[in-house]
Parts: sequence; C-alpha cells; structure tokens
Amino acid sequence: MNHATRRGNATFGVLLVLIGVSIAILNAVAFHPGAGTQWTKRTEHVHTLEDGSDVRWTEHEAVSVKEGREMAALQQDAAPLLSRTAGLWGAAILTLCIFSFLLGDNPLYKAAEAIVVGASAAYWMVIGFWETIVPNLFAGLFPDWTRANFMPKLSAEASVDFLLLIPLALSVLLLLRLAPKIGWISRWPTAFIIGVFCGLRFISSLEADFLSQIGPTIKPLIVMGENGFDLESSFSNIVLVLGTLVCLVYFFFSVEHKGAVGKVARSGIWMLMITFGAAFGYTVMGRIALLAGRFEFLFDDWLWLIDPKDAHPAQVFLQTIAPMLT
Amino acid sequence: MYEFLRDLDRRVIFSLMALAVAVPILLQITPPEKATPIVRDAFETIEALEEGDRVYMAFDFDPASAGELQPMATAFVRHACEKKLKIYFTALWPVGPQFIKNAERDVISRDFPEMVYGEDYVDLGFKTGNEGVIKLVANDLRTQYPQDARGTPIDDIPMMAGVASIRDFDVIMNVSAGYPGTKEWVQYAVASAPDDIKLVAGCTGVQAPLLYPYYPQQMSGLLAAIKGAAEYESLVLGKYGRENEPGMYQEGLRRMAPQLSGHILMVGLIFVGNLVYFMARKRGEA
Repeated sequence: MNHATRRGNATFGVLLVLIGVSIAILNAVAFHPGAGTQWTKRTEHVHTLEDGSDVRWTEHEAVSVKEGREMAALQQDAAPLLSRTAGLWGAAILTLCIFSFLLGDNPLYKAAEAIVVGASAAYWMVIGFWETIVPNLFAGLFPDWTRANFMPKLSAEASVDFLLLIPLALSVLLLLRLAPKIGWISRWPTAFIIGVFCGLRFISSLEADFLSQIGPTIKPLIVMGENGFDLESSFSNIVLVLGTLVCLVYFFFSVEHKGAVGKVARSGIWMLMITFGAAFGYTVMGRIALLAGRFEFLFDDWLWLIDPKDAHPAQVFLQTIAPMLT
Repeated sequence: MYEFLRDLDRRVIFSLMALAVAVPILLQITPPEKATPIVRDAFETIEALEEGDRVYMAFDFDPASAGELQPMATAFVRHACEKKLKIYFTALWPVGPQFIKNAERDVISRDFPEMVYGEDYVDLGFKTGNEGVIKLVANDLRTQYPQDARGTPIDDIPMMAGVASIRDFDVIMNVSAGYPGTKEWVQYAVASAPDDIKLVAGCTGVQAPLLYPYYPQQMSGLLAAIKGAAEYESLVLGKYGRENEPGMYQEGLRRMAPQLSGHILMVGLIFVGNLVYFMARKRGEA
C-alpha cells in the first residue's frame, strides 16, 4: 500500500468518526432530545466526626433516563449529570475511533489506543496500591498507621507481622532492575517467583490435566441404554477414544511416521485441524458478540434508536420501520 | 464476476459484517433458544441447591469481554437470587469489582431489595495473586480475605460464620475471560477436593474448547460463549420469568440474532473465498 493510499484511508477513518459524531449531535438535538444523557439520583450525606465537625458529601446513584424523569416529576432530586454524560459520549466517540481503524490507520485511532493503554496502566497502578500494597503490606507492617490513614475498620487487635519483610525485600530487589549496574540482583526474586509457580503448576497440571483426564477417556465403545443400544453415546465415545489415540500417535516422534503409523498420525492431524476449526468458530462467535455489544451500546445508550432495557423514552427506529415491514 | 470477487475491497466485507450485526439489533429480533445438556447441567446444579446454601461467585473478567460475559454474570446472579442462595462475590481480575457493583445495582438492589448485605450477599472484592489466591482459599479463606471490599472485618459479617475454606461452599460459579479463570479454578480448587467442590462456569468462546474436557467430571456445567449465555437465560426465564421481563435478563438472547446473520455471512465469505481460490488455481493465477 503506497503512501497516498494510506493517507486516503486515514482520511476516510477520521471522516467516519466526524460523521458519526455529527449524526449523534443532530440526533440528540432534533430527533431524540436528550439522547446520550446520563441521569443520577442525588443523595446528600452528613457524617459527624468525633470532634463535632460535619463531613458532607453527595452520592450520585445511576438511574435510567425514564426513572430519572419520573423522579424529577415527583420533585425528587434526580437530574442529568454532566460528568457521566460526558463519559458516555467519550465512550461512544472512542468506540468510533477504534472502528475507524478498519478504514485505515489514522490519528484518532492512535489517540484512542493510547488512551486505552494509559488508562489501563493507571488503573492497574491505583488498584495495585489500594488493593495490594495497603491491605497486604502496610496493614501488616504498620497496622496503627494504616488504621489511622487508610483503613479505619482495620482490627485494633492487628499486630505487626515481621514475615512481610521478606516479600518487601524481594519487591525492592525486583525494582533494582531499573538500575543497570545492579540490575542482575532482580534475577533472585524473579527466580523465586518462577520456582514457586513451577512447583504450583506442576502439581496442579498433573492432577487436573493428566491424571483426572485419564478416567474420562476410558469409555465403553458400545453403550447400552435403557432402550437398548444407544447410537449417539456410542458414536460419541468412539470418536473420543479414537481421536485421543490418533492425536497421541501424531505426537509420538520415537517412531518414524511411515506406513500404518504415518496414516494414523495423519488422521491425528485431521483431528487437530477439526479442533482448531472449532476453536476458530468459537472465536468468531466471541468477536461477533463483542461487536454486537458495542453496537447495542451505540444504538441504545447513545443514540436511543432502540430501547431493549426500557430505560429511555425512544423507540423511534422500530416505530418508523414497523409500518414498512407489515 | 471472478475479477470482482478477486479484487473485492476488504472494506466491503467490513461493511457487510457491520450490516449483518447491526440490522438484527435495530430490529430487536430475539430467536428462541433450546438449552444443550452442558448448559442444562449448569442450571440443574444451581436448581438442586436449597435456600440458604452458599455460592462462591467469582467474576474473573474485564470490560474487553463484557459483551460476551456480562449476560452470563447477570443470569448467574439472578438465578442465585431467585433461589435465595447466599452469594459471596470475589474477583481475581482488577476490574472484576466493577462488575460485582453492577450486579449489586442492577440485579440485587433493583429486583431483590429484600436481600441484606452481609446476610444474603457479600462482596469480598479483588485479590491479587492469580492462582495463588485460589490455592490458598482452597484451604484457608479467612486469611486471604480478612475483610470485605467495604473494609468490614469478616468476623463482623454474619454470613461469614462457618466459612473456613472453599470447601464450605456448595457451588463455585465462575465467569472467566482467561487467566486466571476457570482453568485455574479447576486446577487449584476442584483438583484439591474433587468430591467436595462443584464448579459451574461461564467462559469466552476462545476458552471453550480448552474447558470442554473438564466436563462433567471436574466441572458440573459450562456456558460456552454468548450461545451458552443465551441458553442459560432461556432456562432462567422459563423457570422464573415474569411479565414485562427487564431487558437486561435477555441480553444474551438478543445477541443471538446478530450471531446468526454474522455467521451466515462468514460461512458465505469462506465459501466465496475458496471458490475464488480454486478458480484462480484453475486459471493458473494462484
């Protein structure tokens, strides 16, 4: 693909996003007023501290547009929330940016890709700090300080666990990788991690994927049911047993794959190909489900063209198309 | 015709697939589903439980696979609520807690408001460590989860009384998008006590062929991809369906119409692609 074609495709991609956003804005203004808004029910909370001072905060609980409008009509505190509405529009626009890659690599796709990667990395860091370092390390080594600053519900009986100094030391050693001169020290904690997981996996794989699989593979080739010969189960068992055997023969390289062994090994390849085909079929199913999920988000939450969850007041697409179908 | 098909722009194929998926969604077509034995077994495993039995609900997935797995998670939670089971939510994926919150908000608070946090359901939150966590909770859950996601010590949570390890649960219900997920639950939990631990799982399509060998010995039932979700939804709706059923309980069923049209298109494209290949070979172009 030459430079001009690539540039043309990129322009198409950017145009797709811009057209999509323009249509959505037109839709939200002219056809479905308010489309793409997110409503919340607001609740004010007040908590009195030990020193008598009050701490106030507002809780925004997501409600559907329909529920929100009904609450607003009853003078309850529900209204569209700008930050969540912006979030929904952002999600929709980023979806279009990602789709635009199908027409060609373009700056909007690159931006969306960078946002996904950056947001994921930041999320992992925050979660890692609050869900791992604070409760697993700080709470064990400095319980009083952690209770005072991070975890007020931490038990007052929690004592210092000096064993946690070992994982702390290993973590610090792992970070030495960032220092080129002494980076080799990080191999020690890495070796520890690999050793532990090899041991864990060896036992579990042997039990779950080898020993436990032997029994279910030994099946009767002729199954007799309540009404006599059971053709379906018999066929299923024959395919299972023969399939296992021919695949095992294919992976048996101590004997040259010639003659009868070669023919059996070849049927093993066929069996593997069928397995890969089934896996590919499932993958296709998964990808279509994901695409359908994104389309449903765009048509339902963003554009209000459909309303399967009875969440907002518009079903105009169906109402428009129904007379044409009948 | 041959030249047209041979030189077909890939963007035409993308557009056809977009139409094949979008049109059934816009028309809101919901084809009927009949449950296969592997899904029915999953359903029956939950059906066989008594009121107050404990289920360990592990949400091991993220937004990238929510299109496939959210319908299963919703159906699992709804089924457990209908059966009045005690639900213990956990996650081995960092974004799993968000889906637990969604389940609390969309299913429990909305349709089962009588359920009380700490007595009928509890959120134990995310725990880092992948299969290490599974290995540990198989023997000692209380050390791994000294408190719930809200920071409450588990000794202060009524429904945690009598829970020491994963063996104290009647069923593990796992929704899995990959590693760590169902495979690890089989390897580290079920393998440690195959007679004591029952596992029912929902997984992505990519994982399904790898998990089928575990059924029925090591896994009581499996919901494979969106098809499994739709079948499970049809069973739950058949047993507990109400008038004006909320649309979120039919998410999997709704996604089967785009599946059908998308697959028909895919099969057609594979056929046409092969036809073009053989024609090219016949003409000496391939």
